[in-house]
Amino acid sequence: MWNYSEKVYDHFHNPRNYGEMEKPDSVGEVGSMACGDALRLTLKIDKATDRIIDVKFQTFGCGSAIASSSVMTEMIKGMTLDEAAKITNSDIAKNLDGLPPEKMHCSVMGKEALEAAIANYRGIKIKKDEEEGRLVCRCFGVTEDKIIKLAKENNLKTVEDITNYTKAGGGCGACLQDIQDILDGVWNAKKPAEKPRENEAPKKLTTIQKIKLIEETIEKEIRPSLNQDGGDIELIDIDGNRVIVKLRGMCAHCPSSSFTIKSFVETRLREFVSKDLEVVEE
Amino acid sequence: MDNIALNKKVIYTDNNATTRVAPEVFEEMKPYLTELYGNPSSIHTFGSQVSYKIDEARSRVADLLGAQPTEIVFTSCGSESDNAAIMGILGSNPSKRHIITTRVEHPAVLNLCGHLAKTGYDVTYLSVDRNGQLDLNELSESIRHDTAIVSVMYANNETGTIFPIEKIGGIVKEKNVAFHVDGVQAAGKVPIDLSGSTIDLLALSGHKLHAPKGIGVLFIRRGTMIRPFMIGGHQERGRRAGTENVASICGLGKAAELTKKHLNDENTRVKALRDRLEKTLLEKIRHTFVNGDINSRLPNTTNISFEFVEGEAILLHMDRHGICASSGSACTSGSLQPSHVLRAMGIPFTAAHGSIRFSLSRYNTDSDIDKIIEVMPGIIDKLRAISPFASKN
Repeated sequence: MWNYSEKVYDHFHNPRNYGEMEKPDSVGEVGSMACGDALRLTLKIDKATDRIIDVKFQTFGCGSAIASSSVMTEMIKGMTLDEAAKITNSDIAKNLDGLPPEKMHCSVMGKEALEAAIANYRGIKIKKDEEEGRLVCRCFGVTEDKIIKLAKENNLKTVEDITNYTKAGGGCGACLQDIQDILDGVWNAKKPAEKPRENEAPKKLTTIQKIKLIEETIEKEIRPSLNQDGGDIELIDIDGNRVIVKLRGMCAHCPSSSFTIKSFVETRLREFVSKDLEVVEE
Repeated sequence: MDNIALNKKVIYTDNNATTRVAPEVFEEMKPYLTELYGNPSSIHTFGSQVSYKIDEARSRVADLLGAQPTEIVFTSCGSESDNAAIMGILGSNPSKRHIITTRVEHPAVLNLCGHLAKTGYDVTYLSVDRNGQLDLNELSESIRHDTAIVSVMYANNETGTIFPIEKIGGIVKEKNVAFHVDGVQAAGKVPIDLSGSTIDLLALSGHKLHAPKGIGVLFIRRGTMIRPFMIGGHQERGRRAGTENVASICGLGKAAELTKKHLNDENTRVKALRDRLEKTLLEKIRHTFVNGDINSRLPNTTNISFEFVEGEAILLHMDRHGICASSGSACTSGSLQPSHVLRAMGIPFTAAHGSIRFSLSRYNTDSDIDKIIEVMPGIIDKLRAISPFASKN
């Protein structure tokens, strides 16, 4: 099963601060039973100092959901609301000595309940997820805004990361491409498979971007074709717009290797990276 | 890792996941992992003597199923058998592009059909009712002139619900369509007699009946047109290439023999243990119900929903007591959604998340059941005390 830390097991088996609170000053509720996890956080707050003097949680969910809730209550007890508001989901995960990647959404749920409880106390109406921008994942009700926010906060680069943190895409899978597009927007990624439109002015690439894109194009667009013929290609150097490569395997001894370089490798690199490139063999 | 469980006696009630290798089976296998390492295809006596043991194992498996030895093909697992059956039938009927299966199949069938749908096949997924049973009218209406195969499981791995296989087969064979049955969960738990059956193909897995992992069987009725799935050497009379997994084949032969002997025990003593477990848990714990068709069910399986709590959390608590079981909850299903079987049955998500499957075997005892009954109410109470939903009910 999951490789949980000792701390997760400790908080799961001995949850701190759980149960119902009589007359709480503030309540934060997130999740639902249908989604598989839900958290109700209740706070008692000292009005003079804005300090959290008592906290209780109730959680429906798996081991790491219960542990995340429990450790979060320990973290915030005694804090002022301003201090508590600064806690991130990764702080919660860190205090548990980490969570399995697939379970990061449990720490996100803790953070969201805390946010909701603070907003509730301050009289700010938190908008429901559905109202907060476009709905991307219908299975788990995750919006574009939430995906963008978590991607930026946690430096999430792949669709799998997004699923681990938000559950989005973990149901029917219909929104996976949508999530990829959102991530591409966040990180300005160029899609290697998409050909640039003709007459479109080529974007100015930095040297690092160019090197990366050349490597990516060789990996995805060029090497697989050469491999099929028992050949391979190695990137030796990049000098301005000169790309120096070496053909390996069958290609190295192929009489038409110079043809391969010019007509295949160079054409591809010009198509995907920059039309100014020149490819030469070492 | 929480290693308290390792120091305790394990109470194993997860036999639909896998079973312990019977000691007799292990003894049977030993020589073929040590001295008798020859290749059964060899001409020399040292190798070819092994082929007689494979023949013996084949006869033992055939005997368990009421089949002819020549109808038994050894494979590497249940999933391979299912793949070989479906792909083999499609391969020999290239003009037929329609497949019928059910929404509650094992992923070995379900995901294969999903994959085939992407490559141009048309797949009909039959629905099930709240008890997990099929509507046979839906089946007969779904069969078309271009239906190549109907693939239906004998018994469901999660709920134990048994389908009326011969009734289904009757409908399928009337239309002259190939009938494949995933018998992985049923074999060894309920009597199967293929001699007068409508079944053309049946998949079986060794590790579900006290043989080791990595060995499976595909029954192919004589005369069934089927293309080999694994291409290569002449083994298994050209129907499944690859040097025989001799030790496991011999182990499975022994397991089949033992299974036949214990079949009565499975349907009396083991069934009584299951019934006592189920009845007592339902009595002792409120807001609890059984999933599946209690009138047509494997004798060893019970799937119970504990409302307002989540399955993984229940299993983690059980694990501390050394009790092994499974859950249909999202957190344990490998996806983020609860079990496809319970969803197909229309079990509310809330109850599906809190479902626990206990699956027994002939190695379970009365004291195992006593222990489970002793600790479960406390576990559910503890989790309900934390749950925001339980207090409202």
